[in-house]
Amino acid sequence: MTSGLLVEAATRVGALELAARVEVERGCLALAGPSGAGKTTLLRIAAGLLRPARGLVHCDGDVWLDTAAGADLPPERRRCGVVFQHYALFPHLSAHDNVAYGLRRLPRPERRRRAAELLERFGLAERAGARPRDLSGGERQRVALARALAPRPRALLLDEPLSALDARTRAGARRELASLLRGAGVPVLLVTHDFAEAAQLADEVAVLDTGRIVQRGAPAALALSPASAFVADFTGASVLVGMARPAPDGLTAVALEGGGEIASTDSATGPVAATVDPWEVAVAPADRPPGPTSARNRLSATVATVTPLGNRARVGLETPQPLTAELTGAAVRDLRLTPGDRVVATWKATATRLVAR
Amino acid sequence: MTSRRPGWFVAATVLGLAFALAFLFLPIVGILADVPPGELVSRLDDGTSLDALRLSLETTAISLGIIVAVGTPVAYLLATRRFRGRALVETLLELPLVLPPAVAGIGLLAAFGPQGLLGSALDDAGLGIALTTGGVVAAQTFVASPFYLRQAQAAFGALDPALAEASRTLGAGEAATFGRVVVPGAAGGLVTGAALAWGRALGEFGATLIVAGSFRGISQTAPLAIFASFSSDFTAALALSAVLLAVSGALLLGVKLLTGEAAP
Repeated sequence: MTSGLLVEAATRVGALELAARVEVERGCLALAGPSGAGKTTLLRIAAGLLRPARGLVHCDGDVWLDTAAGADLPPERRRCGVVFQHYALFPHLSAHDNVAYGLRRLPRPERRRRAAELLERFGLAERAGARPRDLSGGERQRVALARALAPRPRALLLDEPLSALDARTRAGARRELASLLRGAGVPVLLVTHDFAEAAQLADEVAVLDTGRIVQRGAPAALALSPASAFVADFTGASVLVGMARPAPDGLTAVALEGGGEIASTDSATGPVAATVDPWEVAVAPADRPPGPTSARNRLSATVATVTPLGNRARVGLETPQPLTAELTGAAVRDLRLTPGDRVVATWKATATRLVAR
Repeated sequence: MTSRRPGWFVAATVLGLAFALAFLFLPIVGILADVPPGELVSRLDDGTSLDALRLSLETTAISLGIIVAVGTPVAYLLATRRFRGRALVETLLELPLVLPPAVAGIGLLAAFGPQGLLGSALDDAGLGIALTTGGVVAAQTFVASPFYLRQAQAAFGALDPALAEASRTLGAGEAATFGRVVVPGAAGGLVTGAALAWGRALGEFGATLIVAGSFRGISQTAPLAIFASFSSDFTAALALSAVLLAVSGALLLGVKLLTGEAAP
């Protein structure tokens, strides 16, 4: 039996035929895919909120569900932390009491201490007495996370934890979540329909489409060689790591690991992951670089792979960090792009998202 | 230039409102205006009125207790589970809303009265309803329960199911979740339902009269006492009516204020 979390299910929910299996040993696996693909269903099966026709859920060697053997532990006995899509905070309880809710088995002083400690850690100490309706979106999200982590769960499940936030709050919340997930120390299953989010928060991404896992791998690997046009559309978002510092005109400059520098309109300082969608990246031969353009980011690169996908192609570049460009098939032919070619990749600072590492 | 003036339709609705207010409010004014307040209070001093009020409070408290204790889990079941025949069950539970109280009284006697289906067993157990205080409680519970059930079911139905699920994942079992998350979450609707049911039980007349009669101290609740005294002593009837009016008004106002605050 494996360590970590294993979820395997075959079931029918409405129009969806789910037949999928995912394993997370340590770290975070993102379940990515379009709405209705079965991501949340799989999460609910893991938590024990939904019972599949056939299925298996193991956590660190313990059986949570085994339909063949007739085993099915109720959710309250799984110790599985869940952050719901709209957080599902208890409206009649304060932030503190929400966090302390799962600590009933602890003696009262210890319960208070642990709840206060978590609120402190999540920057919510001053909001301890506030009801959920008086909290901001970002605060609610942190209360939900603190509440899920309070009973020291053996696995953590997050259902689109950032989708309830407005765009402005989301970037900051995503940064906090990223640092938190790295320190979680338990298997994390994260549902998202946003590949960029998955790439930044998760170590691996499993792409789910109409109830089936169509591809699984590291985010960069998925973006570089998508197994299908569907995954190609869905993935993208190359991740480049480096150090950010403020630059003139309110921009942020990022010195990339391995060389090169790019600019972003997002603000950040310190270690960051920059993401850019492949369809934002243009490619020109190194000996005929593009003239003046509005694109502020310009990196010399070597073509590593060319993967045709119908009328377009994914071009894997080494900058030396991996960067993916999506070009039309015609452009690849006209430029006669083949692995080993020297090229210049360009894209706009406005298409560059930054997330603190 | 044409200006927009309120049309005949708006005028008609306003006229309707004025008529409704006058029709519904004048009897209330009548009760309070006919007799000076000082005399109303002194007329309550006679034993019959006080006995009737006390009996009304006691019986409605018991009825409401039964309705809430049994109705809360039933309403939760109806709100959260889909099962065959659910619509039929709902209809049966709501039937007392439209049933004439006299029919309810006859039905209660036919089921639980001395000659009724379960009558002898209940009589042996000392729970006979014919001409007893128990009959008053039975009649009130019967007619008032749908008022609570409907409100409670709607309140449970409106609750985000993720709240109960979150509670489960945090280690609380089904019963603990019900007590700690579901009931507090539906509290506004439950209180409204209880208040409406109480108001209905307090006013219950027809079924009580048929099942339990109108005996002072045993089955003569306030509405029955009003009926008993109004032909002989209209002022006493007015005094008792004023008290019931005050209680009902306070009940309605209290619920409005409470649920207005409890609304998210």
